[in-house]
Amino acid sequence: MRDEFVHALIALRERRSDLLFMTGDVGYLAIEALAATFGDRFINTGVAEQNMVSLAAGLAREGHLPWLYSIAPFVVLRPYEQIRTDVCLHKLPVKLVGNGGGYGYGIMGATHHALEDIGAMRVLPNMRVYVPLTASDVGQAVALMAADPLANYLRLNSVLPIPDQVAAFAPWRRLKPGRSTVVVGAGPVLANIYELADPDLLGELELWAAGTFPLEDLPRELLTSIQAKRRVVTIEEHYGAGGLGEALGQALLSQGLCPPSFTSLHAAGYPSGRYGSQRWHQEECGLAGAGLRARLQKVVRG
Amino acid sequence: MARDDQQDLGDGRLGVAAGEAGTAPDRAALAMRAFSVKKRFLAMYKRANAGHIGSALSCAELLVLLKFAWMRDDDTFILSKGHAVAALYSVLAEANILDPHLLDTFYGEGTLLPALPPVNGISEIPFATGSLGHGLSLCAGMALGAALKGRPRGFFCLTSDGELDAGSTWEAALFVAHRKLTNLVWLIDRNRIQGMGGTEEVLALEPLPDKLASFGFHVVEADGHDFASLLAAREACRKAQAAGTAPVAIIANTIKGHGIRYMQDTVASHYLPMNDAQYRQAQDELASAYGAATGRDAR
Repeated sequence: MRDEFVHALIALRERRSDLLFMTGDVGYLAIEALAATFGDRFINTGVAEQNMVSLAAGLAREGHLPWLYSIAPFVVLRPYEQIRTDVCLHKLPVKLVGNGGGYGYGIMGATHHALEDIGAMRVLPNMRVYVPLTASDVGQAVALMAADPLANYLRLNSVLPIPDQVAAFAPWRRLKPGRSTVVVGAGPVLANIYELADPDLLGELELWAAGTFPLEDLPRELLTSIQAKRRVVTIEEHYGAGGLGEALGQALLSQGLCPPSFTSLHAAGYPSGRYGSQRWHQEECGLAGAGLRARLQKVVRG
Repeated sequence: MARDDQQDLGDGRLGVAAGEAGTAPDRAALAMRAFSVKKRFLAMYKRANAGHIGSALSCAELLVLLKFAWMRDDDTFILSKGHAVAALYSVLAEANILDPHLLDTFYGEGTLLPALPPVNGISEIPFATGSLGHGLSLCAGMALGAALKGRPRGFFCLTSDGELDAGSTWEAALFVAHRKLTNLVWLIDRNRIQGMGGTEEVLALEPLPDKLASFGFHVVEADGHDFASLLAAREACRKAQAAGTAPVAIIANTIKGHGIRYMQDTVASHYLPMNDAQYRQAQDELASAYGAATGRDAR
């Protein structure tokens, strides 16, 4: 998704003169085209994310639209108080972009993973989180963010192929119908279900992608389907606390819906204390492969 | 409102001459402003039964200098040491920017003037500060933002010395120096006292001038309570800005609780409110000092 983000921002720069790109000294062999396009509006602030965020707040106050790029934990967690106080409390349109959401940085290990980023951002006022599912989502999300008066966090991740036709990026999208169970996912981890290549299982699952946080305006079709099927699964490459499962559960309860079967599939951190690729960590948590299949089959069989 | 010995520029600013230390009437005009500002915030603190009095007394002359003898209308000030905001509210009231009656609501339920700068409440206060270590970065962002738009505006940030403990302050210092943001002036209220003791006992800052110079700042030192010294610092700062080679940092050597004997140079003056006797003493000492300096009866 990183390349798509770079292309999207370069395209946006052609239409808007107020964009600024700021990096916390990351993006080697990735963002050089941005540097060339943005000229003096490309700012490498060095490995100083607290300063980068407060600078961005000041720049936004002066009428600029800053986009801040780093590895996900470094752009949302290191400068968290600056995001809360300088950006969100002041309702400033600062755009945070985190590469490698979830286990995206794989073997780089726990310091570079972001398993609590959505939760940390979604509790903040005046903040909207964008979680693309596909590569083509990224450009559409960037365009929406540029028009969004709120502060935003864009969670970039590795993409996986999705065989179904996917509509343009939106807060809610139904990817496919299914017989018995509603699955709501956030981000590319949802595609791991397709990868199981299990037609019987897939036929049971109605798949939805949640694209923005906080969850707002749950579509009538989703609520109707949950009411009818009474089985809900959420899947996310994020800790359970603060994630999609919690958010959807609360949203359903506030609509008077209490499905008797509600399963949250989420990241579990580092249960074995061992490290591997993004895929390896997903499998260890039952978010991919045989573990995911078993958990979904258990729900479907009731 | 212009007084007899001042040239009112129409916006609350006084026309202080551009000489090294200003003329005697200039300095007297600033001293009168400072006296009035301090009277205002002492009354606010008493009414609110609140602390941070020493912090406000530490920087009162600095704020008066900036507002009445340095900043232009479209310049921007960030009070990074937000806990001294009573001094800033008072200066804004003194400049007829803030309704003086609002000062009576300081600390009150439903007030627009809380104990630390409010969010998006007052146009002259662009950011809610007081979480220490944010102000210099915010100011640098605004200064860079104006420079990118080709706007010749000035930006001023007053930090405490205690918040120089914060790594984010030094991140900002690196950035300001690296980008040569000469449209920004960093003022440091060097009263040598922080939350739990002296700055050199808690986390030593000295040699502070050398540290700032090594970061790439043109460092100016001044007596933060003496307008002759502060006006000279202003001129030194303007010369350095005109040269455009390095951003300027002013270390204003100050005294926490300045001017009130029982408060001066004490940690307690950061926290404790005044009882009735202390308040009378504070107002008396303030008036006596002002009277002695000007030959006027200020009581």
